[in-house]
Amino acid sequence: MNDMTITRAEREAKLEGMGCKRKRVEDIRFTQGKGNYVDDVKLPGMLHGDFVRSPHPHARIKSIDKEKALKVPGVLAVLTAEDLKGVNLAWMPTLAGDVQMVLADGKVLFQNQEVAFVVATDRYAADDGINAVEVEYEALPVLVDPFHAMDPDAPVLREDLAGKTEGAHGPRRHHNHIFEWTVGDRDLTDAAFRKAEVTIKEMISYHRTHPSPLETCQCLCSFDKVKGELTIYGTFQAPHVIRTVVALIAKIPEHKIHVIAPDIGGGFGNKVGAYPGYICAAVASIVTGRPVKWVEDRIENLCATSFARDYHMTTEIAATKEGKVTGLRVHVLADHGAFDACADPSKWPAGFFNIVTGSYDFPTAHLAVDGVYTNKAPGGVAYRCSFRVTEAAYCIERAMDILAQKLGMDPAELRLKNFIRQEQFPYHSALGWEYDSGDYHTAMKKMMEVVDYAGLRREQAEKRAAFQRGETREIMGLGISFFTEIVGAGPSKNCDILGIAMFDSCEIRLHPTGAGIARMGTKSQGQGHETTWAQIIATEIGIPADDIMVEEGNTDTAPYGLGTYGSRSTPVAGAAIAMAARKVKAKAQMIAAYRLEVHEDDLEWDIDGFRVKGLPEKFLGMKDICWIAYNAPPPGMEPGLEAVSYYDPPNMTYPFGAYLCVMDIDVDTGVYKVRRFYALDDCGTRINPMIIEGQVHGGLTEAFAIAMGQEIRYDENGNVVTGSFMDFFLPTAVETPHWETDFTVTPSPHHPIGAKGVGESPNVGGVPAFSNAVNDAFSFLGSTHIQMPHDFWRNWQAAKTLGAV
Amino acid sequence: MAKTHVTMRVNGSEVEGLVEPRTLLVHFIRENLALTGTHIGCETTHCGACTVDLDGMSVKSCTVFAVQAEGSEITTIEGMANADGTLSALQEGFRQMHGLQCGFCTPGMIVRAHRLLKENPNPSEEEIRFGIAGNLCRCTGYQNIVKAIQYAAAKINGTEFREAAE
Repeated sequence: MNDMTITRAEREAKLEGMGCKRKRVEDIRFTQGKGNYVDDVKLPGMLHGDFVRSPHPHARIKSIDKEKALKVPGVLAVLTAEDLKGVNLAWMPTLAGDVQMVLADGKVLFQNQEVAFVVATDRYAADDGINAVEVEYEALPVLVDPFHAMDPDAPVLREDLAGKTEGAHGPRRHHNHIFEWTVGDRDLTDAAFRKAEVTIKEMISYHRTHPSPLETCQCLCSFDKVKGELTIYGTFQAPHVIRTVVALIAKIPEHKIHVIAPDIGGGFGNKVGAYPGYICAAVASIVTGRPVKWVEDRIENLCATSFARDYHMTTEIAATKEGKVTGLRVHVLADHGAFDACADPSKWPAGFFNIVTGSYDFPTAHLAVDGVYTNKAPGGVAYRCSFRVTEAAYCIERAMDILAQKLGMDPAELRLKNFIRQEQFPYHSALGWEYDSGDYHTAMKKMMEVVDYAGLRREQAEKRAAFQRGETREIMGLGISFFTEIVGAGPSKNCDILGIAMFDSCEIRLHPTGAGIARMGTKSQGQGHETTWAQIIATEIGIPADDIMVEEGNTDTAPYGLGTYGSRSTPVAGAAIAMAARKVKAKAQMIAAYRLEVHEDDLEWDIDGFRVKGLPEKFLGMKDICWIAYNAPPPGMEPGLEAVSYYDPPNMTYPFGAYLCVMDIDVDTGVYKVRRFYALDDCGTRINPMIIEGQVHGGLTEAFAIAMGQEIRYDENGNVVTGSFMDFFLPTAVETPHWETDFTVTPSPHHPIGAKGVGESPNVGGVPAFSNAVNDAFSFLGSTHIQMPHDFWRNWQAAKTLGAV
Repeated sequence: MAKTHVTMRVNGSEVEGLVEPRTLLVHFIRENLALTGTHIGCETTHCGACTVDLDGMSVKSCTVFAVQAEGSEITTIEGMANADGTLSALQEGFRQMHGLQCGFCTPGMIVRAHRLLKENPNPSEEEIRFGIAGNLCRCTGYQNIVKAIQYAAAKINGTEFREAAE
């Protein structure tokens, strides 16, 4: 039984439980090229599908001629909207309550829209087929600028919505209007502004960008006509949702749909939604009776599947002259592109943007969001963030700096003055959230101390003086960001996707010899779930993490869950793991009590088993309990040791952090250098510090890209001008700054293990830190706000506009 | 389309196949040879996920035709482990230093780092960063990849690896 020669510390270490920097189990296969991604899966007789795409951003389709394409060697079929109408799939529902064309039905609404789907024996033949499909277009006027979307004479984009004055989220005021969403107390907020001693107002844009995981979106669909079953391998962040949506729209019984998400090469929100490629591959498999693979290329990925952001936020703060904020008013113009395919919980047309009061104690606030259609790709995904939280954090963090500038206050001091205080938690924000826990002052002060904030400000003052004396051409900026995230969607009372409540799940099954398997409703795309989920189980039930296999992504075996995005895995599924483990442990305790011949209450948990209180030698380890559970359970008890938990969280979690960016910019070239970046994150209980640090590094790198150059840009004719890695900024190891990470720990009071989620914090908090650094650098030359992205050229333009060049 | 016969040595074994003149080397490796560790991320030579070692050089196999590799010596990620099947110093370094997350860039990154360490057995951080600039990673922010390569260099050189303080 218990080997008393092993110390408690050794027993604990052997578990590799929570808090330990456990090396990842995934890495054994990934470092040897033995991962199994969608494009690695091959089925006998497999065909390849590829799209004919529109060169026009807005055009009527006069004709599609497939005859020549069908004669191309290897081409078996060409699908158009007319073909899909036969199975009622020319259009599909979006997650946001809108509908989207699967293949162009009468017209195209954005450049590179899917027009026809060519199915061939290999990818080269499919490409030959695409080139042989003849499509005749009649160009229509193009709408690019969202600020003109609701002009009286703006082109009508969505003819299918003609006469519809009511959308999924209420009334529509114009043919290109999607919704207006308002939150907060308008009268009280207006009153606060009337009484305000100081106000600021600024239009802060968060430009359109793209998650762009290194593996594009792809799937392999195989319909078995004999069994009437559809198997779909796909890059799905939410496999169960895909299965249910397919059942609902394709009318195949849900038990006959097998969705498998194998290894995924990064997601960042790109792989949450359903795309025309999935529908077309499934239909093509049904039509041809053979498996059909669809693999997006990079240009298609950037131009057609799911952009992020594109929020234009007119932001006003009211404050006293001492710098106490008294009101916040925000209006957002949201450019959704041609279809509202925003990947938010269904009742939240602007996601959780109402976290825009941030880390500050605003007595009142009002928010209005107008969504509009333009001739751009659909999407609006949460690119490494909880739904629209990056936009909100950028908005408030930029606005606080602008207010500090107007007040002549230090931005750190302004933040410290307005933070929600520790004793105010749980805190009810003016826009309706209940913040679970936080200790903002401690985090901020730690950051300021570690970086020697006061010293940096002194250095900046000296450099500014030297610049003005003409002794240097370099300016220095300090970018502070103190963000509060809202993650872990979510409580089913207010979060669902197309009516599917956003709980998550875990099933733990222990085997007789003391090893086990955990199956999950989540799906890792690099987060290392196979490693960390086992650590939670190890700590909860004393089975070494190495003896627990974690399985995700197969809807036939995994319990139903809503998948991985919005930093929801740890807050929701992480809780489900703990709850399932505790059910297992409760049964184990009954078994131990029977075996040790005591009452259950006389037992205490001790690392990896139960001990009789006061009798240290009377101990039964979990490994032995597993054997007993199957082979000699107490009389009347069912054999076996397993449990499942479906966890519906009582609240979201609210991770936060204090970031600082120190940047030097050469005004004559616009070239910047990130001299230092410090990131303090508080994500509650830390499961694996190594993985947390890796997540922070990655999120900061994405934030750096977005703030400093990464953009999906359209020209005035609606052409995508950043549609490949030649133009779309992805930093290499050379540009990427060095990251310093730090932490505080404020556990979530309502989460079983106190964890809050971390994957997206660095993207949410990073972008304002970079942008504030650039803006802070230029502020002494008279600017209040310079729009992102801050690439060299724009920095140089800013310097010229401000008279510095 | 008429097919051409190609032969090459891949991971130490003679291989051959029939390819179209336009068949990309990456497709020949992944589909004809079923070596799926070499990935495709952009098809335009930017991302480096398809990097293989070809006659002692790192090349991006998405923009090389299979026929151009006729008679060449190629090593892919599947040929990187030690002869006894254990992880190589680089593979071990990536695991120890948390130099990967989703794993999609990892094969190209390791194959590139392998050649980098042959060219420069004791690179500085700057030289490593420059040396892997043809390989994009969306997950790690590169910092731990740099450490992984430093770890491997130390192991290969028989020197002590000291992780740089944050």
